[in-house]
Parts: sequence; C-alpha cells; structure tokens
Amino acid sequence: MIKTSALGWVNRMQRLQGLLRKEFLQIVRDPSSIAIAFVMPMVLLLLFGYGVSLNARNVPVALVIDQPSGVAADFAGSFRQSEYLSVVQLPNMHVGKRALRAHRVDAVIHLRSQFAREVQAGRSAPIQVLLNGVDANTARIIRGYIEGSLSRWLQQRAERQGQQAARPVMLASRIWFNANVRSRNYLVPGLIAVIMTLIGAMLTALVVAREWERGTMEALMVTPVTIGEVLLGKLLPYFLLGMGGMATSVAMALWLFDVPLRGSVWVLFAVSAVFMLAALGMGLLISVSSRSQFVAGQAAIVSTFLPAFLLSGFIFDIHSMTGPIRLLTYLVPARYFVSFLQTGFLAGDVWPVIFVDVSALAIMAAILLGITLRRSRKRLD
Amino acid sequence: MWQRVFHLMLKEFLALLKDPASRAVLVLPPIIQTIIFGYAATLDLSHIRYGVYAEDRAAPARELLARFAGSPTFTQRVHLDSLEQGRALIDRGELLLVVHIGPRFSERLLRHRPAPVQVIIDGRNSNTAVIAQGYVHEIVDRFNARWIAEHAGWQPPLAHLVIRAWFNPNLESRWFIIPGIIGLLLQVVAMLVAGLSIARERESGTFDQLLVAPVRPFEILLGKALPGFLVGLAEGTLIVLIAVLWFQIPLVGRLAVLYAGMALFLFATIGVGLAISSLAVTMQQGLLGAFLFMVPSVLLSGFATPIANMPVIVQYLTLLNPLRYFMDILRGVFLEDASLHLLVGQFWPLLVIGLVNLAMAGWMFRHRLH
Repeated sequence: MIKTSALGWVNRMQRLQGLLRKEFLQIVRDPSSIAIAFVMPMVLLLLFGYGVSLNARNVPVALVIDQPSGVAADFAGSFRQSEYLSVVQLPNMHVGKRALRAHRVDAVIHLRSQFAREVQAGRSAPIQVLLNGVDANTARIIRGYIEGSLSRWLQQRAERQGQQAARPVMLASRIWFNANVRSRNYLVPGLIAVIMTLIGAMLTALVVAREWERGTMEALMVTPVTIGEVLLGKLLPYFLLGMGGMATSVAMALWLFDVPLRGSVWVLFAVSAVFMLAALGMGLLISVSSRSQFVAGQAAIVSTFLPAFLLSGFIFDIHSMTGPIRLLTYLVPARYFVSFLQTGFLAGDVWPVIFVDVSALAIMAAILLGITLRRSRKRLD
Repeated sequence: MWQRVFHLMLKEFLALLKDPASRAVLVLPPIIQTIIFGYAATLDLSHIRYGVYAEDRAAPARELLARFAGSPTFTQRVHLDSLEQGRALIDRGELLLVVHIGPRFSERLLRHRPAPVQVIIDGRNSNTAVIAQGYVHEIVDRFNARWIAEHAGWQPPLAHLVIRAWFNPNLESRWFIIPGIIGLLLQVVAMLVAGLSIARERESGTFDQLLVAPVRPFEILLGKALPGFLVGLAEGTLIVLIAVLWFQIPLVGRLAVLYAGMALFLFATIGVGLAISSLAVTMQQGLLGAFLFMVPSVLLSGFATPIANMPVIVQYLTLLNPLRYFMDILRGVFLEDASLHLLVGQFWPLLVIGLVNLAMAGWMFRHRLH
C-alpha cells in the first residue's frame, strides 16, 4: 500500500516535470511571454518613473497690467521669482484671453487700473485670475501656485513696512510619508501592482486560451495526467515569471527611482506571492471560461488590466468614488495589493493593513483557483 | 474592385460577429466601462475621513470645526483623545487627515494674536494629499476672511484673488476625464479588431488562401481596415451618447469636428494595429504587440497626467502617439468649442501616422510571403 502510493508520487512528479518542461520550452520558443514579463515592466516603469508626473513646473502664466505703477511692478517681480510659474507680460486682456484660448498660457492674471490705489489705501484690491479649467486637477494645482505667490508677495510687503502680515488662523500642514509630495513615490509602487496583474492574468489568460483554441488541451487530457496537474504545470512557470518581473520592478523602484522601502523586503515578497496566485487564478479562470483568444484577450483587459488601473486606488482615490463603485473595488485583487504596496513602501510594516490585505488576497486566490479547477473538469464532459 | 473589398469586409464582419461571445465582448464592455470608469475616474475628493483632536472647546474653535463639518467633502469625522491615536489611525489608512487645535487657540485669537492649527495628512498618495491640503486651506481662508470682517484689530490683506475658470467653472475633473475615456476605449476596440485580424488568419492558415485569391494586397488591407473603422465609429457614437446623456458632460463644440477627429483617429489607430498585425506570427504576439503599444500610449496621451509635466524628451516622444492628438480634439470639442481651425495641428499628424503605418503594413504584406 505504502509502496504503491510512493510509486504514485514518483509518477506524479515525473508527469509534472514533463509538463513543466513543455511549458518552459513553449515560453522560451515564443519570446513574447518573456517580453511581457521583463521588458514590459522596465518600459512601463521607465515611462512612469521619468515621464508621468503630477507635479507641474514652469506653468506658463500671462500677466496683464492695465496701468503700470510701482506697486504693480513690485507684484510682477515677486511673481517672476516663483519656481512653478513662468510669467509673460501681455499688453491687454484681449491678447491675454486669446493666449488662454490658444493654450499658450494656462492662466491670465489681471491687475486693473485701480490696483495701486486700492493697495495703498489698504482696501484689499481684487486681482482677477482666469484659468483654463479643462484639466480641473491641473487648474487647481495652478490656482494653488498663484495663491502661494500672492501670499508671499503680501508677506514681503508687510515685512518691508515693518508689519506682520498676520492672519487669524495660521495653518501648519504636514504631509506624512512623502513630505516632498513626489508623485513618483506613490506611482511606482502602484505600478508594480498593474505590472503583476498584466503578467499574471493577461499572460496566462492568453496562453491557456490558445491551448483550448488549438485543441492541444484536449490532447493533454487524454494522457494520464490529471487536470490538477495540468493547471499546476501552467501555474508554476508563470508564477516564476511573474515573481521575476516583480523583483525587476522592485529593484528599479529602489535603485533607479529612489523610492524608499520602509517595510521589510520579506513581507513585500510574501504578499506579492499571494497576489500573484490571485492574478494567475483570474487569468486561468478567464481562459477556461472563454473559447477563443480574442475573447480571452478582451476579457482579460476588461476584467483585470483596466480595473487594476482605475479601480485599485493606484491613481484615483477609492474613498471618493460613489457607493456602488466603491463596493465594486472590493472585488478587485489589485485594490488590496495597491493598498499594501503604498503602505509597505512609504509607511512601513503596518500589521493591521497587511493582515486585512493578505487575508483578502488569499481568499480570492483560493476561490479563483477552486472555480478554475471545477470548471476545467466540467469542460471535458 | 469595390465589390471585392466589400466581400472581404463582409467576411471580416462574419468572423468577428458570428461568435456570440466575441459579439458580446465588442458591445458590452465599452458601455460598462464608460459607466464604471466615469464614476471611478475622478480626482476630486469626497467623503474625506478626518480626525479632530481639539484641546480647546471654546466658541472660536467650535466655529472653525463647524466649517469642516459643513463642507460637503469632509463627511466622516472621528473625535480623537490624543495625537497618538490620530497617528495610528492615519498609519492604518483609516483617516486621510488629522486636524489638531491646540489648547490656547481661542485665547490667542481673541487677543489678536495668530493662532496655529496643525494638520497632518496621509501622503501615501501624494496627489490626494495635495488636493486635501487645498481643501483645508480653502476652509481656513474663508474662516479668516470672516473673522477679519467681524472682529476689529485685524487688517484685511492688501489684495485678494477673484478666480474664474474657463470651460469648466466648477473645476470638475469628471468633465476632463470622461471625454478622455472615449479615446481610451476607442483605441482598445480599434486596435483589437484590426490588430488581431491578420494574426488570426495567419495562425489558422487561411492567410495563404487569402493571398492566392484574386485580390490585391491593397484590397485585403482595406477589407481588414474598414470593419474596425465602422465598429469604432458605432462604439464612439455610443460612448459619446453615454457621456452626454448619462454623465451630463457638456458638448459645446460641433459634432462635425468631433466626427472628423474620430475618423482620423480611427484611421491612425487601425494603421498602427494593422502594422503590428502584419508583423505578428501568432495571435498571442498580435495581442501582446497591441498591448505593448497601447499601455505606453495611454500613459503618454495626457489622459490622466498632463504632457506638460513630462521631461522634454518624453514630450517629443508623445508626438508619435495618435491618442495624444485625439485627447486634445475630444476635450477641445467637448468643453472649449474648439474650431476646425484651432485643431488643424491635431488633425494632420493623425493623417500622417495613419498613412505611414498603412504603407508599412502593405509592404509587410507583400514581403512576408516569400
């Protein structure tokens, strides 16, 4: 009895070895899998790390002064010092509005002819600002820059006259975990989640759908291997590919983009492994459920890549979404992984966060892989 | 010739639509995506969870806190007994920010001395943090203006800003994002339909049959390009309708300009898709190629992050990206009533990109045979 079961094990390992060998050969022969596991993360990280930033600099701004005066010149001089604004002076509002319309400037600051008189009389002179509001987020950032420049000018003026530009409530705000608000510090960790979703779900979905489409899956089924072994044979190579892509991304985040890693590396890799299983489960489930590569490809994009991008909290804040959509995010594995990554990189090992995220990912992985197993059994009948 | 192209097109449509699953995949996802992402993809904050640690309970402090409570964005307040507790809750991601009012806040204010208020914000998503900081500033600024007006002894500031935003007066980021989603989804559809069509034939071996048929490579190309074009136009119309009717995004420009832009964008994208398709040997390569093109193209289109913030070299790179031009056209027509004249600079690059890629695909067609 013991002997036969031991023999069974040996057989099983041999079969698995054969499957793995086949899978690795397939990966090596069609280099597109390797491309997506290693080249894609690098390209994406380079683009995101260097290319994508929410920190606006040298924003082109027009300044229109209706009547030149010492006060207005002083104001203009102070605005020119801003490292965020790049100020051009235009002769009148007509030209200013035209420049705003043609996107040559993002804002027009207008000092009317009474400006100097009102300032000197201490009557709080209104300064008209026109913004291009199409990109609301950028417009808000630019508004912040202009407000900042104005309060600096007020401060300077008050100091020169020996007064204090005192305001009743003085706000001292501190931004934790990312004091210099480098958008890279949160985009790069979030991107790791997107990349791993791509590798895990996209790649497996396509690869296995191809086997179904070509009928090679059925060919495998008539051999003595069990369906569980076939799936394991699929899972393992892509798990390794995915973790390889993950390691590449983490290395680039740390050494190329100087993103701090405040949590421990071991926790990072352990949680990533659990996430990888969930992503692979998702990919396998898609491939088992769809008959053709075309459908599998579309389904993979719709149900894995885009949610990982938009519903994971990677860029868009989950708490600001409307109720039903927020509920929907609980079904997206990347949501938990992004939450973990941003905490792990920037805040450290916060165990309550890690515990919730890991449990959710583990449950999802188990469910997805379980359904996949059942479905692929059924498909044979 | 047109008859042959027509038959090729018919065959292409049949291949695309005969399978109910692939039919569903073409129609349903764009609708669902537009609605879900339309709701999800906003950079405005709402339902901000914040903690208050007030060591001063006198009237001025209560007045300031009432301004937070009255704001529609600061909805979930937690009362804290210590700053430590606030720190722990921020760590766990349960609070976005903590407002700390010191014990002598009201006393200082009433003695005409500036009173500090400390705010700690979770910066894990630094963009969210900066936006939240802006909201807090707004509330405090309004409190200050009111306080100066009602209490003697405070000087009003020498100047203040009167800000007006053109095209999007309430600065709703949804107005910016949703027209962008049209571009995003159209690109996915056009690339998939075009990018997979040739690879599919090659993989199933029917491509050789097609080549020995009495049609010219140019005609095959046209037969492959037109279905994607028509499907794209139909889906584009659908998504524009959802944007206008469901999300109430103003469409102030002219439809003719919008459709001219859409047609040119589809032309360029299908060109790229066919070029990729003609290079790929298997369907998987076709898909991956389409994907390797699409992801950077979305990132470098100005969809979520402005092109002006990118390094100069990357800005030049975006000039090769059809989606970049289409984003400008979409937002220009939707929000700014941009005229044809203002958008010429967006139109001709799309035409050039389409022509170059189609020529390349045609060349690949003839030369991959031998």
